[in-house]
Amino acid sequence: MTDTPIIAVTDLVKQFGRFAALRGVSASFDAGRLYAILGDNGAGKTTLLRALAGLTPATRGSLAMLGTTNLREVCGQMGYMAHPSLLYDEMSGLENLRYFARLYGIRDDARCEAVIRSVNLDPSLARPVGQYSQGMRQRISLARALLNDPKILLLDEPFSNVDVRSAREMAGLLAKLRDGGKTILVVTHQAGLLRGVADEFVWMEAGRIVKRTRDWEPTEAM
Amino acid sequence: MSRTAGVTRATLVKDLRLEWRSKDAINSMLFFALLVVVIFSFSFDPTAEESRRIAGGLVWVAFLFAAVVALNQTWARELRNQVLDAYRVSPAPAHSLFLAKVVGNFIFVSVLEALMTPLFVVFYNLRAIGPAYQLLVVAALGTWALVVNGTFFAAMSLRTRSREIMLPLLLFPITIPALLAMVEATSSILTGEFSAKFWIVLLAVYDVVFTTGCVLFFEIVLHGE
Repeated sequence: MTDTPIIAVTDLVKQFGRFAALRGVSASFDAGRLYAILGDNGAGKTTLLRALAGLTPATRGSLAMLGTTNLREVCGQMGYMAHPSLLYDEMSGLENLRYFARLYGIRDDARCEAVIRSVNLDPSLARPVGQYSQGMRQRISLARALLNDPKILLLDEPFSNVDVRSAREMAGLLAKLRDGGKTILVVTHQAGLLRGVADEFVWMEAGRIVKRTRDWEPTEAM
Repeated sequence: MSRTAGVTRATLVKDLRLEWRSKDAINSMLFFALLVVVIFSFSFDPTAEESRRIAGGLVWVAFLFAAVVALNQTWARELRNQVLDAYRVSPAPAHSLFLAKVVGNFIFVSVLEALMTPLFVVFYNLRAIGPAYQLLVVAALGTWALVVNGTFFAAMSLRTRSREIMLPLLLFPITIPALLAMVEATSSILTGEFSAKFWIVLLAVYDVVFTTGCVLFFEIVLHGE
Protein backbone atom coordinates (compact mmCIF):
# COMPACT_ATOMS: atom_id res chain seq x y z
CA MET A 1 0.00 0.00 0.00
CA THR A 2 1.28 3.47 -0.84
CA ASP A 3 0.43 6.92 0.52
CA THR A 4 -0.32 8.37 -2.92
CA PRO A 5 -3.93 7.69 -3.87
CA ILE A 6 -4.31 5.59 -6.99
CA ILE A 7 -7.58 7.40 -7.75
CA ALA A 8 -8.24 11.03 -6.85
CA VAL A 9 -11.56 12.70 -7.55
CA THR A 10 -11.92 16.44 -6.95
CA ASP A 11 -15.22 18.28 -6.92
CA LEU A 12 -16.68 16.04 -9.63
CA VAL A 13 -19.97 17.22 -11.07
CA LYS A 14 -21.97 15.36 -13.68
CA GLN A 15 -25.16 16.79 -15.07
CA PHE A 16 -27.61 15.13 -17.42
CA GLY A 17 -29.56 18.10 -18.69
CA ARG A 18 -30.90 19.77 -15.57
CA PHE A 19 -30.40 16.71 -13.39
CA ALA A 20 -27.15 16.56 -11.43
CA ALA A 21 -26.17 12.92 -10.93
CA LEU A 22 -22.94 13.89 -9.16
CA ARG A 23 -22.83 17.08 -7.10
CA GLY A 24 -19.23 17.82 -6.24
CA VAL A 25 -17.77 14.44 -5.33
CA SER A 26 -14.29 14.58 -3.84
CA ALA A 27 -12.58 11.41 -2.73
CA SER A 28 -9.33 9.51 -2.90
CA PHE A 29 -8.81 5.78 -3.08
CA ASP A 30 -5.60 4.02 -2.09
CA ALA A 31 -3.91 1.23 -3.98
CA GLY A 32 -4.46 -2.38 -2.98
CA ARG A 33 -7.74 -1.82 -1.19
CA LEU A 34 -11.31 -2.90 -1.76
CA TYR A 35 -13.98 -0.24 -1.55
CA ALA A 36 -17.70 -0.92 -1.46
CA ILE A 37 -19.76 1.98 -2.81
CA LEU A 38 -23.23 1.96 -1.35
CA GLY A 39 -26.36 4.04 -1.62
CA ASP A 40 -29.94 4.07 -2.77
CA ASN A 41 -30.97 4.02 -6.41
CA GLY A 42 -30.14 7.37 -8.00
CA ALA A 43 -27.44 8.17 -5.46
CA GLY A 44 -24.85 8.50 -8.24
CA LYS A 45 -22.88 5.27 -7.70
CA THR A 46 -23.02 4.05 -11.29
CA THR A 47 -22.36 7.52 -12.68
CA LEU A 48 -19.27 7.80 -10.47
CA LEU A 49 -18.04 4.42 -11.68
CA ARG A 50 -18.71 5.31 -15.33
CA ALA A 51 -16.85 8.58 -14.87
CA LEU A 52 -13.89 6.69 -13.41
CA ALA A 53 -14.01 4.27 -16.35
CA GLY A 54 -13.87 7.22 -18.75
CA LEU A 55 -17.31 6.46 -20.16
CA THR A 56 -19.02 9.58 -18.88
CA PRO A 57 -17.12 12.84 -19.17
CA ALA A 58 -17.46 15.06 -16.13
CA THR A 59 -19.35 18.33 -16.41
CA ARG A 60 -16.96 19.90 -13.90
CA GLY A 61 -14.18 18.84 -11.59
CA SER A 62 -11.20 16.60 -12.12
CA LEU A 63 -10.38 12.96 -11.97
CA ALA A 64 -6.89 11.46 -11.76
CA MET A 65 -6.06 7.80 -12.02
CA LEU A 66 -2.60 6.26 -11.68
CA GLY A 67 -1.19 9.78 -11.59
CA THR A 68 -2.74 11.12 -14.77
CA THR A 69 -5.91 12.97 -15.65
CA ASN A 70 -5.87 11.54 -19.18
CA LEU A 71 -7.83 8.35 -18.57
CA ARG A 72 -7.20 7.06 -22.12
CA GLU A 73 -3.52 6.79 -21.19
CA VAL A 74 -4.22 4.35 -18.39
CA CYS A 75 -7.34 2.54 -19.62
CA GLY A 76 -5.21 -0.53 -20.36
CA GLN A 77 -4.58 -0.84 -16.61
CA MET A 78 -8.22 -0.72 -15.67
CA GLY A 79 -10.94 -3.36 -15.75
CA TYR A 80 -14.62 -2.43 -15.89
CA MET A 81 -17.63 -4.63 -15.26
CA ALA A 82 -21.01 -3.01 -15.84
CA HIS A 83 -24.50 -4.04 -14.83
CA PRO A 84 -25.17 -5.40 -18.34
CA SER A 85 -22.77 -8.15 -19.35
CA LEU A 86 -20.82 -6.22 -22.06
CA LEU A 87 -20.65 -9.52 -23.93
CA TYR A 88 -22.02 -10.82 -27.23
CA ASP A 89 -24.86 -13.24 -26.53
CA GLU A 90 -24.27 -15.18 -29.76
CA MET A 91 -20.68 -16.16 -28.92
CA SER A 92 -19.32 -18.54 -26.29
CA GLY A 93 -17.47 -17.26 -23.24
CA LEU A 94 -14.08 -18.16 -24.72
CA GLU A 95 -14.91 -16.57 -28.10
CA ASN A 96 -15.97 -13.39 -26.34
CA LEU A 97 -12.81 -13.27 -24.25
CA ARG A 98 -10.58 -14.03 -27.24
CA TYR A 99 -12.04 -11.00 -29.01
CA PHE A 100 -11.71 -8.66 -26.04
CA ALA A 101 -8.17 -9.93 -25.41
CA ARG A 102 -7.18 -8.71 -28.89
CA LEU A 103 -8.36 -5.21 -27.93
CA TYR A 104 -5.72 -5.22 -25.19
CA GLY A 105 -3.08 -6.68 -27.49
CA ILE A 106 -3.27 -10.09 -25.79
CA ARG A 107 -2.89 -12.88 -28.33
CA ASP A 108 -2.50 -15.70 -25.84
CA ASP A 109 -5.51 -18.03 -25.62
CA ALA A 110 -4.06 -19.52 -22.44
CA ARG A 111 -4.66 -16.18 -20.70
CA CYS A 112 -8.34 -16.26 -21.72
CA GLU A 113 -8.72 -19.81 -20.48
CA ALA A 114 -6.96 -18.97 -17.22
CA VAL A 115 -9.27 -16.05 -16.37
CA ILE A 116 -12.33 -18.17 -17.20
CA ARG A 117 -11.05 -20.84 -14.82
CA SER A 118 -10.33 -18.19 -12.19
CA VAL A 119 -14.05 -17.38 -12.02
CA ASN A 120 -14.91 -21.09 -11.73
CA LEU A 121 -16.19 -21.55 -15.26
CA ASP A 122 -15.18 -24.11 -17.85
CA PRO A 123 -13.37 -22.56 -20.85
CA SER A 124 -14.45 -25.44 -23.09
CA LEU A 125 -18.12 -24.57 -22.62
CA ALA A 126 -19.36 -24.12 -26.21
CA ARG A 127 -22.77 -22.67 -25.33
CA PRO A 128 -23.32 -19.06 -26.39
CA VAL A 129 -23.32 -16.59 -23.51
CA GLY A 130 -26.98 -15.83 -24.23
CA GLN A 131 -27.80 -19.29 -22.89
CA TYR A 132 -25.79 -18.89 -19.68
CA SER A 133 -27.54 -18.55 -16.32
CA GLN A 134 -27.41 -15.08 -14.77
CA GLY A 135 -24.74 -16.22 -12.32
CA MET A 136 -22.56 -17.57 -15.12
CA ARG A 137 -23.01 -14.35 -17.10
CA GLN A 138 -21.86 -12.31 -14.13
CA ARG A 139 -18.80 -14.53 -13.72
CA ILE A 140 -17.82 -14.45 -17.39
CA SER A 141 -18.36 -10.70 -17.30
CA LEU A 142 -15.96 -10.50 -14.35
CA ALA A 143 -13.51 -12.66 -16.31
CA ARG A 144 -13.66 -10.14 -19.17
CA ALA A 145 -12.83 -7.33 -16.75
CA LEU A 146 -9.84 -9.33 -15.48
CA LEU A 147 -8.43 -10.20 -18.90
CA ASN A 148 -5.81 -7.47 -18.99
CA ASP A 149 -4.69 -8.10 -15.39
CA PRO A 150 -5.74 -4.56 -14.41
CA LYS A 151 -4.39 -2.58 -11.47
CA ILE A 152 -7.82 -1.04 -10.91
CA LEU A 153 -11.10 -2.94 -11.07
CA LEU A 154 -14.40 -1.07 -11.30
CA LEU A 155 -17.36 -3.37 -10.71
CA ASP A 156 -20.99 -2.31 -11.00
CA GLU A 157 -23.42 -4.63 -9.24
CA PRO A 158 -21.37 -7.82 -9.66
CA PHE A 159 -23.67 -9.77 -7.31
CA SER A 160 -27.02 -8.77 -8.78
CA ASN A 161 -29.26 -11.73 -9.69
CA VAL A 162 -26.60 -14.15 -8.48
CA ASP A 163 -27.46 -16.86 -5.94
CA VAL A 164 -25.99 -16.42 -2.46
CA ARG A 165 -23.38 -19.17 -2.83
CA SER A 166 -22.06 -17.84 -6.14
CA ALA A 167 -22.09 -14.29 -4.76
CA ARG A 168 -20.03 -15.39 -1.74
CA GLU A 169 -17.59 -17.13 -4.06
CA MET A 170 -17.30 -13.95 -6.11
CA ALA A 171 -16.71 -11.89 -2.96
CA GLY A 172 -13.98 -14.36 -1.97
CA LEU A 173 -12.40 -14.00 -5.39
CA LEU A 174 -12.46 -10.20 -5.05
CA ALA A 175 -10.71 -10.49 -1.68
CA LYS A 176 -8.02 -12.63 -3.30
CA LEU A 177 -7.57 -10.11 -6.10
CA ARG A 178 -7.29 -7.30 -3.55
CA ASP A 179 -4.70 -9.32 -1.63
CA GLY A 180 -2.85 -9.64 -4.92
CA GLY A 181 -2.50 -5.83 -5.00
CA LYS A 182 -5.46 -4.72 -7.10
CA THR A 183 -7.57 -1.71 -6.17
CA ILE A 184 -11.22 -2.63 -6.39
CA LEU A 185 -14.29 -0.40 -6.33
CA VAL A 186 -17.55 -2.31 -6.07
CA VAL A 187 -20.93 -0.67 -6.48
CA THR A 188 -23.48 -2.88 -4.79
CA HIS A 189 -26.79 -3.05 -3.03
CA GLN A 190 -25.69 -6.25 -1.27
CA ALA A 191 -23.10 -4.78 1.03
CA GLY A 192 -23.52 -7.64 3.50
CA LEU A 193 -21.62 -9.87 1.08
CA LEU A 194 -18.58 -7.64 1.42
CA ARG A 195 -18.64 -7.60 5.23
CA GLY A 196 -15.18 -8.60 6.37
CA VAL A 197 -13.94 -8.33 2.77
CA ALA A 198 -14.16 -4.62 1.94
CA ASP A 199 -11.58 -2.30 3.48
CA GLU A 200 -13.93 0.65 3.40
CA PHE A 201 -17.60 1.35 2.79
CA VAL A 202 -18.31 4.55 0.86
CA TRP A 203 -21.86 5.83 1.27
CA MET A 204 -23.44 8.00 -1.40
CA GLU A 205 -26.63 10.01 -1.30
CA ALA A 206 -28.07 12.41 -3.88
CA GLY A 207 -24.85 12.64 -5.88
CA ARG A 208 -22.53 13.15 -2.92
CA ILE A 209 -20.33 10.97 -0.73
CA VAL A 210 -21.88 11.38 2.70
CA LYS A 211 -19.90 8.91 4.78
CA ARG A 212 -16.92 6.58 4.67
CA THR A 213 -16.69 3.81 7.25
CA ARG A 214 -14.31 0.95 7.96
CA ASP A 215 -17.13 -1.36 9.01
CA TRP A 216 -20.43 -2.07 7.42
CA GLU A 217 -23.18 -0.23 9.25
CA PRO A 218 -26.44 -1.63 8.02
CA THR A 219 -29.21 0.90 7.61
CA GLU A 220 -32.91 0.24 7.25
CA ALA A 221 -32.50 0.19 3.51
CA MET A 222 -29.85 -2.52 3.66
CA MET B 1 0.83 -7.15 -37.51
CA SER B 2 0.33 -3.58 -36.27
CA ARG B 3 -2.02 -2.86 -33.39
CA THR B 4 -4.57 -1.19 -35.65
CA ALA B 5 -4.53 -4.04 -38.16
CA GLY B 6 -4.79 -6.65 -35.39
CA VAL B 7 -7.82 -5.03 -33.74
CA THR B 8 -9.46 -4.33 -37.12
CA ARG B 9 -9.04 -7.95 -38.16
CA ALA B 10 -10.32 -9.30 -34.83
CA THR B 11 -13.38 -7.02 -34.97
CA LEU B 12 -14.10 -7.93 -38.59
CA VAL B 13 -13.85 -11.66 -37.87
CA LYS B 14 -16.12 -11.21 -34.86
CA ASP B 15 -18.72 -9.32 -36.94
CA LEU B 16 -18.65 -11.88 -39.73
CA ARG B 17 -19.06 -14.66 -37.18
CA LEU B 18 -22.02 -12.91 -35.52
CA GLU B 19 -23.67 -12.28 -38.90
CA TRP B 20 -23.06 -15.87 -40.00
CA ARG B 21 -24.82 -17.08 -36.85
CA SER B 22 -27.72 -14.61 -36.81
CA LYS B 23 -28.04 -13.66 -40.52
CA ASP B 24 -29.92 -10.58 -39.30
CA ALA B 25 -28.49 -8.08 -41.77
CA ILE B 26 -28.25 -10.23 -44.87
CA ASN B 27 -31.77 -11.67 -44.54
CA SER B 28 -33.45 -8.31 -44.04
CA MET B 29 -31.44 -6.72 -46.86
CA LEU B 30 -32.22 -9.53 -49.28
CA PHE B 31 -35.91 -9.50 -48.46
CA PHE B 32 -36.11 -5.73 -48.91
CA ALA B 33 -34.15 -5.68 -52.19
CA LEU B 34 -36.20 -8.58 -53.56
CA LEU B 35 -39.39 -6.69 -52.81
CA VAL B 36 -38.08 -3.62 -54.63
CA VAL B 37 -37.12 -5.64 -57.74
CA VAL B 38 -40.48 -7.39 -57.90
CA ILE B 39 -42.59 -4.29 -57.20
CA PHE B 40 -40.70 -2.17 -59.73
CA SER B 41 -40.95 -4.87 -62.37
CA PHE B 42 -44.73 -5.01 -61.89
CA SER B 43 -45.05 -1.22 -61.81
CA PHE B 44 -43.16 -0.57 -65.06
CA ASP B 45 -43.04 -2.51 -68.25
CA PRO B 46 -40.06 -0.94 -70.00
CA THR B 47 -38.56 -1.93 -73.31
CA ALA B 48 -34.93 -3.13 -73.31
CA GLU B 49 -33.78 0.35 -74.34
CA GLU B 50 -35.78 2.05 -71.58
CA SER B 51 -34.52 -0.50 -69.06
CA ARG B 52 -30.93 0.38 -69.83
CA ARG B 53 -31.70 4.05 -69.17
CA ILE B 54 -33.54 3.59 -65.85
CA ALA B 55 -31.76 0.51 -64.45
CA GLY B 56 -28.90 2.52 -62.95
CA GLY B 57 -31.31 4.51 -60.80
CA LEU B 58 -33.44 1.51 -59.84
CA VAL B 59 -30.51 -0.69 -58.90
CA TRP B 60 -28.69 1.88 -56.77
CA VAL B 61 -31.80 3.17 -55.00
CA ALA B 62 -32.70 -0.42 -54.13
CA PHE B 63 -29.18 -1.10 -52.84
CA LEU B 64 -29.10 2.19 -50.91
CA PHE B 65 -32.36 1.44 -49.08
CA ALA B 66 -31.35 -2.16 -48.45
CA ALA B 67 -27.92 -1.07 -47.16
CA VAL B 68 -29.59 1.16 -44.56
CA VAL B 69 -31.13 -1.96 -43.02
CA ALA B 70 -27.69 -3.56 -42.66
CA LEU B 71 -26.11 -0.37 -41.37
CA ASN B 72 -28.63 -0.10 -38.56
CA GLN B 73 -28.01 -3.75 -37.63
CA THR B 74 -24.25 -3.20 -37.41
CA TRP B 75 -24.47 -0.94 -34.41
CA ALA B 76 -27.63 -2.39 -32.88
CA ARG B 77 -25.51 -5.45 -32.14
CA GLU B 78 -23.07 -3.30 -30.17
CA LEU B 79 -25.85 -1.74 -28.12
CA ARG B 80 -27.23 -5.04 -26.83
CA ASN B 81 -25.68 -5.65 -23.39
CA GLN B 82 -23.86 -2.31 -23.90
CA VAL B 83 -20.95 -4.16 -25.53
CA LEU B 84 -19.75 -0.95 -27.09
CA ASP B 85 -18.74 0.24 -23.61
CA ALA B 86 -16.31 -2.69 -23.39
CA TYR B 87 -14.62 -1.36 -26.53
CA ARG B 88 -14.68 2.22 -25.25
CA VAL B 89 -12.88 1.34 -22.00
CA SER B 90 -10.21 -0.63 -23.85
CA PRO B 91 -7.06 0.94 -25.31
CA ALA B 92 -8.04 -0.26 -28.81
CA PRO B 93 -7.98 2.54 -31.41
CA ALA B 94 -11.37 3.93 -32.42
CA HIS B 95 -10.58 3.85 -36.14
CA SER B 96 -9.98 0.08 -35.99
CA LEU B 97 -13.57 -0.42 -34.94
CA PHE B 98 -14.76 1.89 -37.68
CA LEU B 99 -12.68 0.28 -40.43
CA ALA B 100 -13.77 -3.21 -39.38
CA LYS B 101 -17.42 -2.15 -39.47
CA VAL B 102 -16.99 -0.53 -42.88
CA VAL B 103 -15.26 -3.58 -44.36
CA GLY B 104 -17.90 -5.86 -42.80
CA ASN B 105 -20.74 -3.80 -44.24
CA PHE B 106 -18.95 -3.66 -47.58
CA ILE B 107 -18.88 -7.46 -47.63
CA PHE B 108 -22.56 -7.75 -46.63
CA VAL B 109 -23.75 -5.24 -49.25
CA SER B 110 -21.47 -6.78 -51.91
CA VAL B 111 -22.99 -10.20 -51.22
CA LEU B 112 -26.43 -8.64 -51.59
CA GLU B 113 -25.42 -7.03 -54.89
CA ALA B 114 -23.96 -10.29 -56.18
CA LEU B 115 -27.20 -12.09 -55.37
CA MET B 116 -29.56 -9.40 -56.65
CA THR B 117 -27.80 -8.38 -59.87
CA PRO B 118 -28.83 -11.55 -61.80
CA LEU B 119 -32.43 -10.86 -60.78
CA PHE B 120 -32.22 -7.28 -62.09
CA VAL B 121 -30.74 -8.59 -65.33
CA VAL B 122 -33.57 -11.10 -65.76
CA PHE B 123 -36.46 -8.89 -64.68
CA TYR B 124 -35.33 -5.89 -66.73
CA ASN B 125 -33.76 -7.76 -69.63
CA LEU B 126 -30.47 -5.89 -69.18
CA ARG B 127 -27.39 -6.12 -71.38
CA ALA B 128 -24.50 -3.69 -71.24
CA ILE B 129 -23.58 -2.00 -74.51
CA GLY B 130 -20.59 -0.18 -72.99
CA PRO B 131 -17.55 -1.85 -71.30
CA ALA B 132 -19.25 -4.18 -68.77
CA TYR B 133 -16.11 -4.68 -66.63
CA GLN B 134 -16.46 -1.03 -65.55
CA LEU B 135 -19.66 -2.01 -63.74
CA LEU B 136 -17.49 -3.91 -61.26
CA VAL B 137 -15.43 -0.76 -60.57
CA VAL B 138 -18.60 1.32 -60.16
CA ALA B 139 -20.10 -1.32 -57.86
CA ALA B 140 -16.99 -1.45 -55.67
CA LEU B 141 -16.54 2.33 -55.42
CA GLY B 142 -20.28 2.98 -55.06
CA THR B 143 -20.74 0.36 -52.37
CA TRP B 144 -17.77 1.75 -50.45
CA ALA B 145 -19.27 5.26 -50.66
CA LEU B 146 -22.56 3.97 -49.24
CA VAL B 147 -21.09 1.97 -46.40
CA VAL B 148 -18.38 4.38 -45.28
CA ASN B 149 -20.85 7.21 -44.76
CA GLY B 150 -23.58 4.86 -43.61
CA THR B 151 -21.39 3.28 -40.95
CA PHE B 152 -20.30 6.70 -39.72
CA PHE B 153 -23.79 8.21 -39.56
CA ALA B 154 -25.28 5.05 -38.07
CA ALA B 155 -22.74 5.40 -35.26
CA MET B 156 -23.63 9.08 -34.89
CA SER B 157 -27.32 8.32 -34.60
CA LEU B 158 -26.70 5.50 -32.10
CA ARG B 159 -27.60 7.51 -29.05
CA THR B 160 -30.62 9.20 -30.58
CA ARG B 161 -34.08 7.93 -29.72
CA SER B 162 -35.27 7.21 -33.25
CA ARG B 163 -32.04 6.10 -34.84
CA GLU B 164 -33.74 4.09 -37.62
CA ILE B 165 -35.19 7.38 -38.90
CA MET B 166 -32.13 9.48 -38.13
CA LEU B 167 -29.80 7.37 -40.27
CA PRO B 168 -31.56 7.97 -43.63
CA LEU B 169 -32.10 11.62 -42.70
CA LEU B 170 -28.36 12.09 -42.19
CA LEU B 171 -27.13 9.68 -44.83
CA PHE B 172 -29.23 10.38 -47.91
CA PRO B 173 -28.41 14.07 -48.39
CA ILE B 174 -24.66 13.48 -48.02
CA THR B 175 -24.79 10.52 -50.39
CA ILE B 176 -26.44 12.46 -53.24
CA PRO B 177 -23.17 13.25 -55.12
CA ALA B 178 -22.06 9.62 -54.87
CA LEU B 179 -25.51 8.34 -55.82
CA LEU B 180 -25.58 10.64 -58.84
CA ALA B 181 -22.15 9.35 -59.90
CA MET B 182 -23.19 5.72 -59.42
CA VAL B 183 -26.42 6.13 -61.40
CA GLU B 184 -24.80 8.11 -64.23
CA ALA B 185 -21.83 5.75 -64.48
CA THR B 186 -24.07 2.68 -64.52
CA SER B 187 -26.42 4.19 -67.12
CA SER B 188 -23.45 5.22 -69.30
CA ILE B 189 -22.06 1.71 -69.25
CA LEU B 190 -25.43 0.07 -69.91
CA THR B 191 -26.39 2.39 -72.78
CA GLY B 192 -22.84 2.80 -74.11
CA GLU B 193 -23.74 6.36 -75.11
CA PHE B 194 -20.87 8.12 -73.37
CA SER B 195 -17.83 7.36 -71.22
CA ALA B 196 -18.28 6.63 -67.50
CA LYS B 197 -14.73 7.66 -66.64
CA PHE B 198 -15.63 11.09 -65.25
CA TRP B 199 -18.21 9.57 -62.88
CA ILE B 200 -15.84 6.81 -61.80
CA VAL B 201 -13.13 9.35 -60.97
CA LEU B 202 -15.69 11.43 -59.08
CA LEU B 203 -16.71 8.35 -57.08
CA ALA B 204 -13.07 7.55 -56.30
CA VAL B 205 -12.44 11.11 -55.08
CA TYR B 206 -15.64 11.03 -53.02
CA ASP B 207 -14.52 7.76 -51.41
CA VAL B 208 -11.08 9.07 -50.51
CA VAL B 209 -12.42 12.34 -49.05
CA PHE B 210 -15.20 10.78 -47.00
CA THR B 211 -13.17 7.79 -45.82
CA THR B 212 -10.47 10.13 -44.54
CA GLY B 213 -12.99 12.43 -42.87
CA CYS B 214 -14.93 9.61 -41.23
CA VAL B 215 -11.78 7.88 -39.94
CA LEU B 216 -10.52 11.17 -38.48
CA PHE B 217 -13.77 12.09 -36.74
CA PHE B 218 -14.88 8.64 -35.60
CA GLU B 219 -13.04 8.85 -32.28
CA ILE B 220 -15.16 11.87 -31.33
CA VAL B 221 -18.32 10.00 -32.29
CA LEU B 222 -17.31 6.87 -30.37
CA HIS B 223 -16.31 8.59 -27.16
CA GLY B 224 -18.84 11.42 -27.33
CA GLU B 225 -21.90 11.45 -25.12
